[in-house]
Amino acid sequence: MDIGDQTVIQGQVWHDGAPVAGAYVRLLDSTDEFTAEVVTSPEGEFRFFAAPGKWKVRSLAPIGKGERLLDADVGLNETTIVID
Amino acid sequence: MSRNDVLVTADWAEENLGTPGLVFVEVDEDTSAYDGGHLEGAVKLDWKKDLQDPLRRDFVDKAGFEALLSSRGIANDDTVILYGGNNNWFAAYAYWYFKLYGHENVKLIDGGRKKWELDGRPLSKDPVERPATQYQAKEPDLSIRAFRDEVVASIGSKNLIDVRSPDEFSGKILAPAHLPQEQAQKGGHVPTAKNIPWSKAANEDGTFKTDEQLAELYAEQGYDESKATIAYCRIGERSSHTWFVLRELLGKSDVKNYDGSWVEYGSLVGVPIEK
Repeated sequence: MDIGDQTVIQGQVWHDGAPVAGAYVRLLDSTDEFTAEVVTSPEGEFRFFAAPGKWKVRSLAPIGKGERLLDADVGLNETTIVID
Repeated sequence: MSRNDVLVTADWAEENLGTPGLVFVEVDEDTSAYDGGHLEGAVKLDWKKDLQDPLRRDFVDKAGFEALLSSRGIANDDTVILYGGNNNWFAAYAYWYFKLYGHENVKLIDGGRKKWELDGRPLSKDPVERPATQYQAKEPDLSIRAFRDEVVASIGSKNLIDVRSPDEFSGKILAPAHLPQEQAQKGGHVPTAKNIPWSKAANEDGTFKTDEQLAELYAEQGYDESKATIAYCRIGERSSHTWFVLRELLGKSDVKNYDGSWVEYGSLVGVPIEK
């Protein structure tokens, strides 16, 4: 994928050593306000097109919740969310 | 109009799958979601292919809507139960659309597909066939749909509610962050619009907040009860969610959805924009 000058936040959701498919992942801005939500792929992957700055990614699945803070730059920003 | 007239719980929906006179309809942004499993007996509406004119940027016309509903086996006296992904954005859009063409009985499943999945309720991959009907639509009810000139004329006089995320409102990003950043020519918002994100009206599982919480939310944000209201977002689906909250749950009068929304407004030549 050619991401040009976009700020992409992508990664996977994991639980118990395996990726979680069909988890809901939401992107929250620096004030904790909802910005977007996606469902993970069969490989547990998610992707957002955001902007540089501080973000929170939070995942919600029948097995539980997990979240991760990150500071995104222009380009590709990869992260993993673990549901304990 | 009250909550029970327009909203059903997932429990109720599960108990009433297959009840004659009810037609469950799934409407998603990700139109492949239905094919991966849907409520037993539910038919699919593709918001892009089925609900948009293939050539112009507009709805399908009355005859097109009649042909669509007839082919899906939806009759005028059926109660249509809508649900979908993305916290019911597109299901709310379809709800507004059904109301625009005068369908009498329409309801949303609270929480939509997300709550259904989080609850671990059953999904089916069985193909759904319903016998065709002779659906008759009414003339579009334009008292619930706003166009661009009305939006420009409403600056400073009506409640203009921008339901996008704060970063879209400020022009930092141009589209919801799960989509590539393109679309309107300019970022920002309609002058005098208040930013009351649709997401403030929903719980994390996609269900709507209580009537009391919703009433408090809009009062807190300075919603003026004495004025007419126009809600907008990027392409009109999230603002349908807020339109549903304001008109159907809270019973406010004179609420319109501006489905042209920011993709149109942010590309208009000569209109004022605030950032």
